[in-house]
Amino acid sequence: MSSNSYDYVDGNAAAGDLSKIFAVDVTAAEGQCAHCGATKRFADAHIYMQSPGIVARCPVCEHVLLRLVNVRQRVLLDLRGMTYLSLDTA
Amino acid sequence: MGAISRGFSGRRSPADAKLPPGQYLTTDFPVLSAGPTPHMPLDRWEFVIDDGTNVLRKWDWKSFRDLPTETVTVDLHCVTRWSKFGTSWEGVSLDTLLADVKSDASHAMARSYGDYTTNLPLKDLRNKQAWVAFRFDGKDLAPEHGGPARLLVPHLYLWKSAKWVRGITLMNHDKPGFWESLGYHIYGDPWREQRYSGDE
Amino acid sequence: MWRVGTVVALHDETATARTITFEVPDWPGHFGGQHVDVRVTAPDGYSTVRSYSIASAPSSDGRVELTVERLPSGEVSPYLTQELALGDRLELRGPIGGWFVWRTQQTEPIQLIAGGSGIVPLMSMIRTRASTGSAARFQLLYSVREPGAVFYRDELQALSDKDRSLIVTYVYTRAAPIDSPRPPGRIDAALIANTTWPSKLAPTCYVCGPTPFVESVAGFLSASGNGPNKIRTERFGPTGDRK
Repeated sequence: MSSNSYDYVDGNAAAGDLSKIFAVDVTAAEGQCAHCGATKRFADAHIYMQSPGIVARCPVCEHVLLRLVNVRQRVLLDLRGMTYLSLDTA
Repeated sequence: MGAISRGFSGRRSPADAKLPPGQYLTTDFPVLSAGPTPHMPLDRWEFVIDDGTNVLRKWDWKSFRDLPTETVTVDLHCVTRWSKFGTSWEGVSLDTLLADVKSDASHAMARSYGDYTTNLPLKDLRNKQAWVAFRFDGKDLAPEHGGPARLLVPHLYLWKSAKWVRGITLMNHDKPGFWESLGYHIYGDPWREQRYSGDE
Repeated sequence: MWRVGTVVALHDETATARTITFEVPDWPGHFGGQHVDVRVTAPDGYSTVRSYSIASAPSSDGRVELTVERLPSGEVSPYLTQELALGDRLELRGPIGGWFVWRTQQTEPIQLIAGGSGIVPLMSMIRTRASTGSAARFQLLYSVREPGAVFYRDELQALSDKDRSLIVTYVYTRAAPIDSPRPPGRIDAALIANTTWPSKLAPTCYVCGPTPFVESVAGFLSASGNGPNKIRTERFGPTGDRK
């Protein structure tokens, strides 16, 4: 039940906010969707930023991969939508 | 606080507008979404009131549109700081939808097509405070604004007015919905500026 | 971490877009394709952040150029394109991004496809290639509504005149110049087949612009045989604005 309204950006747009949490670049990271099992670059996630927080969705099944909210001096992060995130620390 | 940028003022509001604290007035209608716009054909649309186990009431689009409606003019306040005054909606009051529902539930979880949820005290849905709205500004509610029907609860921040609403689940205790579970206030009164959990 | 950048140059690219040059002490350098977050703060403490692609090649003088398109209903872009003045200071965070990046060690042919302001990060790659004397084979397919919307036209002309290994093709979607080889129209499968590196050469493709543009072009690239790991994308949102 996804739309073609193209009202999303991609993982590149969330990278700045995620840089507060991850020491390494997250756009090149590979993640597995916990719902459908698709493995994709985080740069290809569908990011909805026009909202009270950032929501990253699987480009295949549109389930939530992660959510991020900035509350004043804190960042809240929910990563339950990914089975794993694989980052290059080289 | 960031270093001040000379000449930047953000969006400005007229000084005499009665805005909740921290809000600015907008004349457009920003579209904010946590996910793709669902497209639910009307012949499959339903609104369901359940208690988590049993369906208590259910309407399809035809039976829903046969219910008495009201036209209301309300102000909207979004937690992302914009407010919009004098918006006109037509919808079915939750008082009508809950009329024959016997329950001692204290709270409700509004559920949307897609995966969005938001929680409220049941009493905030009663007493002319909430509608399932299907027309905005005299026209059918557009999908990007929550059409075919959305919840409208204007006395709380707009994230409580769930777009693409599909029903409410009655609960015996409060449970956080989509944003309430990640830092947003469990209740969300704009006049007390209850944006985030921990705000008084 | 936020660094303070001082505006040291301003240059109008088109009627609605302006290039802003910041001097940022301790700038760590960047790669073509990366972006920065810019934070603007009002006197009452209200602040908001926007992402902008870096337009310039890395240089040793700590300067970073952004090209910003003014959106009529934008909150920040009108300020950056009309109010911001020389000497003003803004906070920048970055460089950000590790996937949508071109590194000079890449030896394969490079296909760049830009929709509107999506040209900005690709121009950073083109400028990096020029400043390092790289002979990498670059093709640029640059789609705009009409000729007045083109950024960097003279520079692109000079680079492709001088150096046959940079090939530039313009696509006009609404109004084309009289001497244009094709009538106005969007990128389609035939154009991809005729003006981009064949997939059998295993190019790395970078596609940037509004989200619907990127989805459409990535679909054509994929259908013509380029694998998912060879197509790198950056989506600017439904109308080209990231926020």
